[in-house]
Amino acid sequence: MKRVPAARLEWQECRRDGTGSRMVRFESVGLRYGRAGQADPEVLHDLSFAIPEGGFRWLLGPSGAGKTSLLRLMYLAVRPTRGRLSILGADIERAERRALPGLRRRIGVVFQDFRLLGHLSAYDNVALPLRLAGRPEGQIRADVMEMLRWVGLLDKLAQRPAQLSGGEQQRVAIARAVICRPRLLLADEPTGNLDEVQAERLMQLLKEMNRIGTTVVVATHNDAMVARHVARSLRLDHGRLVSA
Amino acid sequence: MARLFRRRRALLRPAGFDELGLRRALSDRMLPFLVAAMAFLAALALAGAVGAASLARHWREGAGASLTVQVPRGDAPASGQSGTRLAAVLALLRDTKGIREARALTDDELAELLRPWLGSGVERLSLPLPAVVQVRLADATAELGGLTPRLEAAAPGTLVENHGVWVGRLTALARSLQACAGMALIVVAAVAAAVIAVATRAGLAARREAIEIVHGLGATDSYIAARFAFRATRLAAAGGLVGAIAALPVLLELATLTAPFAGLQPDEGGQGGLGVLPPVLWLALPGLPLAAAAIGFLAAQGTVRRWLRRLP
Ligand SMILES: Nc1ncnc2c1ncn2[C@@H]1O[C@H](COP(=O)(O)OP(=O)(O)O)[C@@H](O)[C@H]1O
Ligand SMILES: [Mg+2]
Repeated sequence: MKRVPAARLEWQECRRDGTGSRMVRFESVGLRYGRAGQADPEVLHDLSFAIPEGGFRWLLGPSGAGKTSLLRLMYLAVRPTRGRLSILGADIERAERRALPGLRRRIGVVFQDFRLLGHLSAYDNVALPLRLAGRPEGQIRADVMEMLRWVGLLDKLAQRPAQLSGGEQQRVAIARAVICRPRLLLADEPTGNLDEVQAERLMQLLKEMNRIGTTVVVATHNDAMVARHVARSLRLDHGRLVSA
Repeated sequence: MARLFRRRRALLRPAGFDELGLRRALSDRMLPFLVAAMAFLAALALAGAVGAASLARHWREGAGASLTVQVPRGDAPASGQSGTRLAAVLALLRDTKGIREARALTDDELAELLRPWLGSGVERLSLPLPAVVQVRLADATAELGGLTPRLEAAAPGTLVENHGVWVGRLTALARSLQACAGMALIVVAAVAAAVIAVATRAGLAARREAIEIVHGLGATDSYIAARFAFRATRLAAAGGLVGAIAALPVLLELATLTAPFAGLQPDEGGQGGLGVLPPVLWLALPGLPLAAAAIGFLAAQGTVRRWLRRLP
């Protein structure tokens, strides 16, 4: 695997401010789906842990353990039912709703099912976060081309997701996740749909992001992958943290 | 050069970059068509309101400001005065404050007036016709309380026919027509808003996944609402324009038909020329696409923002 020189990765953050050394902090966080007051069972119980800025964590556990739910808390798709949650220095359980979009723009997410916009080209999918952040059109092209080169898709920039292979779609997804140079990068079973070679290539991209200072959390089933890339891990079982 | 620039731009951001796929979710078929129908109805209601207003004004200023005085046996000598009874009445009327003009109709005018009722042989009838005096008042509200007894004294049997009562009733009728037209406008605007809200809801449901993705990438409610509102505004404005243009020939035809009632001579408006439309309507018609656009904008904004509150 050829190392990408750091000088080529000097794209801009969409926003920057100090977040303190704790990128992510959970204090006795519980999560229950369904409307408040409804007695759905809690899917996450009493989670307490912290991830420092620039850290890398595997998120492990059997299917149904709550890995996706934990990531959803981190990328602000749900709010905790109880406890205190701090992401990028903001208290999520107390934050106003209109404070969340600005935070989301500094969190990159790679989904197992990619979640690309099917009617847009690879180029437009990758450019989307910059446009949402209000970056002038004239300044977008260079960054998007840089990202597409980084993930090796320069020759496919005009293709729509349906015209790309699973691995290529995943690389568009990661380019989109990092185009704003997020402070926190989350990946939910990102290698689930990839073969060995593509999975390894994706891991290199995630580690590259971590190397330049991004906090990275990767949920996975892939034990071989975890064995190859040694890092600290959070292990969930039945919604509880069994090791951190 | 310009072509090169356009090509560069096309590569960067295809014209009408549509990240939410609204071109299909808010289709350009049904919505503009429905809004066009609303705008058409609104144009008719507007024309009704303007027409009723101008009829009311015409009646107040025209018929309302006149009296008809009938003097039986106008040629007979007046009692206690020299001259005829008609001359006595005319003299009295012309001395009365608030009366601008008093004029006896000629026999020909009288015959013309009676022709619809008595046929073309009026001149040869041996009926004793009263003399008829047409009185124009300085204004419709002139106070003429003591006129009738004084006319009775000058020429017994004289009748005063005041159009004021009828004008009052017709004016009230015109006012209620205006109110109906106003209510029709409000209802049409409300239905247009509802139509746009329903179309927007359907668009939200159809594009739910894309909206959730864009929301997750950090799009604000304002951003998403603006994308919908931009599209809804354009479609509604287009519909409003089509509706207003479609209403134009109908309004011209109506205006030509009603011109005589509003006191316009046929040659004033021409035969169906554009001049027959009241100037107010010429101002209001271009307002329809603007109003449709405003309704489209507000309805889409409100609907999308309310819907987005379900997302965290
Ligand atoms: N949207 C949801 N509504 C209700 N329950 C859910 C929802 N998503 C997940 N769950 C439940 O939460 C538990 C944990 O699921 P998940 O977080 O997807 O686990 P994992 O990603 O580790 O497989 C499961 O029991 C699942 O049924
Ligand atoms: Mg999962």
